[in-house]
Amino acid sequence: MAFVNWLKRHLVVIAGLITLGYLLLPNIVVTVFSFNKPKGRFNYEWQQFSLDAWKQPCGVADMCGSLSISLQIATLATVGATILGTMIAFALVRYRFRARGAVNSLIFLPMAMPEVVMAASLLTLFLNLGAQLGFWTILIAHIMFCLSFVVVAVKARVMSMDPRLEEAARDLYASPAQTFLRVTLPIAAPGIAAGALLSFALSFDDFIITNFNAGSTVTFPMFVWGSAQRGTPVQINVIGTTMFLVAVLLVLTSMVIGNRRHRQKA
Amino acid sequence: MAAVTEAPPLAPAPEKKPPRKRGRLVPYWLLLPGILWLIVFFALPMIYQASTSVQTGSLEEGYKVTWHFATYWDALSQYWPQFLRSVSYAAAATVLCLLLGYPLAYLIAFRAGRWRNLIMVLVIAPFFTSFLIRTLAWKTILADNGPVVHTLNNLHILELTNWLGWTAGDRVLATPLAVVCGLTYNFLPFMILPLYTSLERIDGRLHEAAGDLYAKPFTTFRKVTFPLSMPGVVSGTLLTFIPAAGDYVNADLLGSTDTRMVGNVIQTQFLRILDYPTAAALSFILMAAILVMVTFYIRKSGTEDLV
Repeated sequence: MAFVNWLKRHLVVIAGLITLGYLLLPNIVVTVFSFNKPKGRFNYEWQQFSLDAWKQPCGVADMCGSLSISLQIATLATVGATILGTMIAFALVRYRFRARGAVNSLIFLPMAMPEVVMAASLLTLFLNLGAQLGFWTILIAHIMFCLSFVVVAVKARVMSMDPRLEEAARDLYASPAQTFLRVTLPIAAPGIAAGALLSFALSFDDFIITNFNAGSTVTFPMFVWGSAQRGTPVQINVIGTTMFLVAVLLVLTSMVIGNRRHRQKA
Repeated sequence: MAAVTEAPPLAPAPEKKPPRKRGRLVPYWLLLPGILWLIVFFALPMIYQASTSVQTGSLEEGYKVTWHFATYWDALSQYWPQFLRSVSYAAAATVLCLLLGYPLAYLIAFRAGRWRNLIMVLVIAPFFTSFLIRTLAWKTILADNGPVVHTLNNLHILELTNWLGWTAGDRVLATPLAVVCGLTYNFLPFMILPLYTSLERIDGRLHEAAGDLYAKPFTTFRKVTFPLSMPGVVSGTLLTFIPAAGDYVNADLLGSTDTRMVGNVIQTQFLRILDYPTAAALSFILMAAILVMVTFYIRKSGTEDLV
């Protein structure tokens, strides 16, 4: 009976942890199989432990090249989307203007549209314009779909900002530029950083839109897609594991630093 | 503080007027580059696509707009099974996401204590491993002679799913169940995050109040927590259903030719068969269906809540 009661009280926790397990299981498999030595071309069945892939992460033809293309595109797309998105977010929060509803819808729709629809329609545009598909068309597409996510992240932060801080700066004879650089921007920074991080992740991981508009350029997700048909090298898992670990470490360090600052202030 | 807010507003100084006039254009300058980008690379392509869908011709001779609406009819009558599959797989994945995601969002919002940030990181971190790699991992997890299929077989669950038509024979891979499982996995974070946001906003004292009024925990959930989390449920549902309905990666990697969804058809028509009008028509139908859903949602909640 005591056990049943305990189960009742912790049912939510148990169910939640099961879901967390479901979310993390593939990452665990990816990590374990990065130490595999597969027999055939595909890395789906466990054979024996080996460090080969970790010793030669770039041992597969074209993989590290595609990784570098993905990193370049993700970086440029992040910069572009963050600048354009932050500007829109400030306009939305700080100013009244006409066609507000239309602007809101135009920002929301790319997030609500299935990727395959955006990908196909963008391809018809590029085909009609006779544009050369490749690096630049991928970049254009990535800035387009990252923009909205930046707007959402920055807008949330700017909206929760106390306007009296800027008034105070102006009262202390700060010029509009000084107020913006010394007060507004630092306060909005976490929102901008969140938007930029999200953009980077979205762009780096994008497959569907890239697949339609890439021409013969191969990004990392496209390399993985191709290898799913031809044979999956273990090195893919090495990259996947490294990305996961780097992300967790980055977030954890930023949290530790944040906590320490918090404590210092208190 | 109160004195500051209650002070009568000062009359604007006359010399401040010119900058204000210039200031009226500021929002438009701020909006211009980003909105222009979205108009040219998001809205305009939709128009091109609509026009492509009513063109006829061939790759060699070129396409002309002939208002050939029969393409839509042909596309629908030929590919309605794929449409049906997209809707039903996406609906199944959305329901599963809600059932799986709600407890975890609840756990993070109310029960995690000092573990909250760590669990949050673990929910988001998989995002940083390419989703294609993670989807391929399901091939290993659901492998024919793997532990999952073995267990399901021993528990006679596969017999049930076979009878329902979700699986076939002794395998899970290359069946609808595998595709729905992959879709659920891929879009689960999109359900958890909005649920968490709306749960976190709920005042904990409401739970105490419900308890003080002799509500049982489940009644508290049904009458207080769940209704207050409805915004999260609605946006989570949209955020999972829409991408799931358009997805073709899970159906391709985990499914078979019998589990092809609309996304798969659009992809092959566009990139391999090069039948642009049919592909554009299919994509346009998918878009229209989604827009109807979204408009319905906007009617209910207004545009300000969207962004």
